[in-house]
Amino acid sequence: MSAPAAVAWEPTIGLEVHVQLATRTKLFCRCAWRFGAQPNTLVCPVCLGHPGVLPVLNARAVEQGARAALSLGMTVNRESKFDRKNYFYPDLPKGYQISQFDEPLAQHGSIRLDDGTHVRIRRLHLEEDAGKAIHDRGDFGLVDFNRAGAPLAEIVSEPDLATPPQATEYLDRLKQTLRWAGVSDCDMEKGNLRVDINVSVAPAGRRATGTRCEVKNVNSFQSVARALEHEIGRQIAVLESGGTVRQETRTWDEAAGQTRVMRVKEEADDYRYFPDPDLPRLQLSAEWIEAQRAALPEPQAQRRRRYEQALGLSEYDARVLTAERETSAYFERLLAAGSAPKEAANWLVNDVLSWVPPGGGVDDQPIPPEYLAAVLQLRHDGRINRNGGRALLEARAGGDLRSPQELVSALGLETQSDAGALEQACRRAIAAQPKAADDVRAGKEKALGALLGFVMRETRGAADAGKTRAILLRLLQP
Amino acid sequence: MSALPAPNAAAWAEAVRRGDLDPLDGVRAALARARQLDPGLNALLHLDAEGAEDAARALRERLRRGEDPGPLAGVPLVVKNNIAVAGWKLTCGSRILGDFASTFTATVVERLRAAGAIPIAASNLDEFAMGASTENSAFGPARNPFRTDLVPGGSSGGSAVSVAAGYAPFALGSETGGSVRQPASFCGLFGLKPTYGCLSRYGLVAFASSLDQIGVFGRGARDLALAFDAAAGRDRADSTTLAEPVEPCVPQLGRGVDGMRVGLLANSFAAGVEDTTQQRVRAAAEALRAAGARLAETQFPYEEAVVPTYYLLNTAEASSNLARFDGIRYGLRAEDARQLRDLYLRSRDAGFGPEVKRRILLGTFSLSAGYYDQYFTAALKARTLVVRAYLDLFRKFDLLLGATTPTPAFRLGEKSDDPVAMYLCDIFTCSANLGGVPAVNVPAGLGADGLPRGVQLTGRHRGEAALLRAAAVLEQALGGCPPLPQAAARALAA
Ligand SMILES: [Zn+2]
Repeated sequence: MSAPAAVAWEPTIGLEVHVQLATRTKLFCRCAWRFGAQPNTLVCPVCLGHPGVLPVLNARAVEQGARAALSLGMTVNRESKFDRKNYFYPDLPKGYQISQFDEPLAQHGSIRLDDGTHVRIRRLHLEEDAGKAIHDRGDFGLVDFNRAGAPLAEIVSEPDLATPPQATEYLDRLKQTLRWAGVSDCDMEKGNLRVDINVSVAPAGRRATGTRCEVKNVNSFQSVARALEHEIGRQIAVLESGGTVRQETRTWDEAAGQTRVMRVKEEADDYRYFPDPDLPRLQLSAEWIEAQRAALPEPQAQRRRRYEQALGLSEYDARVLTAERETSAYFERLLAAGSAPKEAANWLVNDVLSWVPPGGGVDDQPIPPEYLAAVLQLRHDGRINRNGGRALLEARAGGDLRSPQELVSALGLETQSDAGALEQACRRAIAAQPKAADDVRAGKEKALGALLGFVMRETRGAADAGKTRAILLRLLQP
Repeated sequence: MSALPAPNAAAWAEAVRRGDLDPLDGVRAALARARQLDPGLNALLHLDAEGAEDAARALRERLRRGEDPGPLAGVPLVVKNNIAVAGWKLTCGSRILGDFASTFTATVVERLRAAGAIPIAASNLDEFAMGASTENSAFGPARNPFRTDLVPGGSSGGSAVSVAAGYAPFALGSETGGSVRQPASFCGLFGLKPTYGCLSRYGLVAFASSLDQIGVFGRGARDLALAFDAAAGRDRADSTTLAEPVEPCVPQLGRGVDGMRVGLLANSFAAGVEDTTQQRVRAAAEALRAAGARLAETQFPYEEAVVPTYYLLNTAEASSNLARFDGIRYGLRAEDARQLRDLYLRSRDAGFGPEVKRRILLGTFSLSAGYYDQYFTAALKARTLVVRAYLDLFRKFDLLLGATTPTPAFRLGEKSDDPVAMYLCDIFTCSANLGGVPAVNVPAGLGADGLPRGVQLTGRHRGEAALLRAAAVLEQALGGCPPLPQAAARALAA
């Protein structure tokens, strides 16, 4: 063994992430695209690469790409261009992919991790997705072209990551940011987000980087961490046994839990990039770029801070309310309707979100924000108590479409704030439960509960608990 | 032999519009002549009699209802078979497309149809428009109607033959480096290569996208103007079409050339350009001078660099454009392949002819890592110089006049084994494609050998109107399209 046993190894990791942009139609034709449609139903001569067709750039995809870049703090280039990446594969209809080679849409962004690591983003470029080759049909290979031409943003980080957990955190931040900006669903299950890993290891402390391997076909965040751990371990083992790491492209075998060689450098494809003569250079005005920036929502972290600092929400509530853009939008509508922030947060987090079905979002539960705002207003006006509020939400969730105002009277939820009536009820409670009354008079405040319960039963829960308590204590003063 | 009812597209449309010619009679006359003559000329790959007759009947209805039937009412049109017409087989002169039929129609064909034209047939061509003789067609060479042992030129040879032999008064071709002007010259026709971006390429099967442009054959300057006006203009389906509105040519056609500055290109009189052609260029110069133009001799710079630049660029783009013909989704597929790689290799080997393979190989090479800068980047730079050279020349001149080709039509097989000799056919034509400027071949009569000669006019970017005004002046002076000699006509009809 030539390497000393005590050497510590330091990995260097960079990630290339392909994100499908949320657009209605494909990047260069007017076909709709979505996950899960019947194979080869979302296609046209353009995305099938028929002879004689030409690409027409989807302006919405450029918008979404620019917004993705701006949300990552990147500079959107006033000028970029499209190139052809030439290679043969059955899922690639034209025999080339339209991509951006040396003049990408955007450059120079970053993501900061919890440990303070600053991960630089080198570039973001637009390109078209390929179709999907299906190999498990015996003698046949099948191809579904529904995805062919879907708009992708490829986001390339600098090799600023050092550990698998950092890589996962980077991806998580990236996903959160892009979902928040509304530019992609980032659903790995649906292939909205795909990751290629670049990793090398070198002795710790030296600034040198080792020979890099690329790992493709990593399809979940957990797999990214597992693939990295395996690949780092493999490279260290090679180096510690005195070998050298070959520059190669490897693939992640999820079932076997290991990476395997796909091709070595000598077999590397020469993609023969050249400017696509079918597409003019992409020119964006400074005003257009600013309009995209203006269209972005308030950044997630900034909004979370605002909820905590300006609105006085708890850290927990602020986090829940800014986890998804829809939740935050719901909350913002409550604020716009004049609801008190803390009360609104409380009801949204503790009540409304409990109706969200598994895997769904706030828009999948039955209470619209206007309804909750009206309930909060009734509470604010003292017309209902907390139980009354819950009853209103339950009525709506149960399919009752009447307004909260109507329901308050229909269900008799109005708070008994009439002091005379409430005092009568309290006197009846004292008469009905003399033992409890005596206990309270004797200073045993615990006994108050039985009397309160009696009043609540009498008023079918409409009595204001605080007021009832005060009246009882006054009547039972020794 | 059945003659066509009108001598050119303009007169044909006029007769239909006036009610003197029934569109169905006209179309049937054209179909009959094509059926009679084409067995000896092989200009057509597909005749759509049914579609053409249906279109003629529909046009008849429009006329009956008193609707405007359009400026090209009822005129039969032949379409080069690398331009898509829905339902027609789109062969590109190649075996690789098999029985593939297009599912949509090219924008230019749609626009000509809207102007009243009636597509009747798809014409033969050099495979994927790569060639200068139509000998590279997988379906056999087309023949020159003036002498059937000669080539009609290429790559749009079938369209040129169709118009010269009178199947139809006008036809669509495509240009990458002279593929309309050169066969127009060999067959005695008017042939226009418009400004890059004036005519939509949507539906034209790409050979070299940055150079390709659909062009028109006609039997007079007015035919070209009518077709150009109907077809030109922005198309949302082709992002390389020009945003500026296109100036219509027909209204300006009769304005002559008085006061125009015409540069006479010195290379038309160089060694290698045959005497008759030189004489015809001088005659054209004199005719323009007599009509009031001011002539001065001039030189096109970088002459020796033009053909290599053109071939580096067209092969590079072709290598990528033809990658889609892979046997996976449509067209020819090798049935015996067991592996994916085999499927590609065998399908493409069986499907492409030798010239197409040569160009794919050349293009793949010049785009390869290590050679890219030396070849592709250098060619892009040279192209920029050509564009600038035209800008400079068109500060001094309104038009350039010169030869279209150094020689008249050559014998079938004469250059088949010498690709460089074949490539040099493009020497006077491909610079207009590199520069993106419009150019036209104007027939200049027959030589003593009975073969057509042509001269070329080149205009500034979007300068079709001036170009066709001058073409109209030369049409008057030089006699327009020469008729087929009686002997040739008799031989064909036999
Ligand atoms: Zn499509």
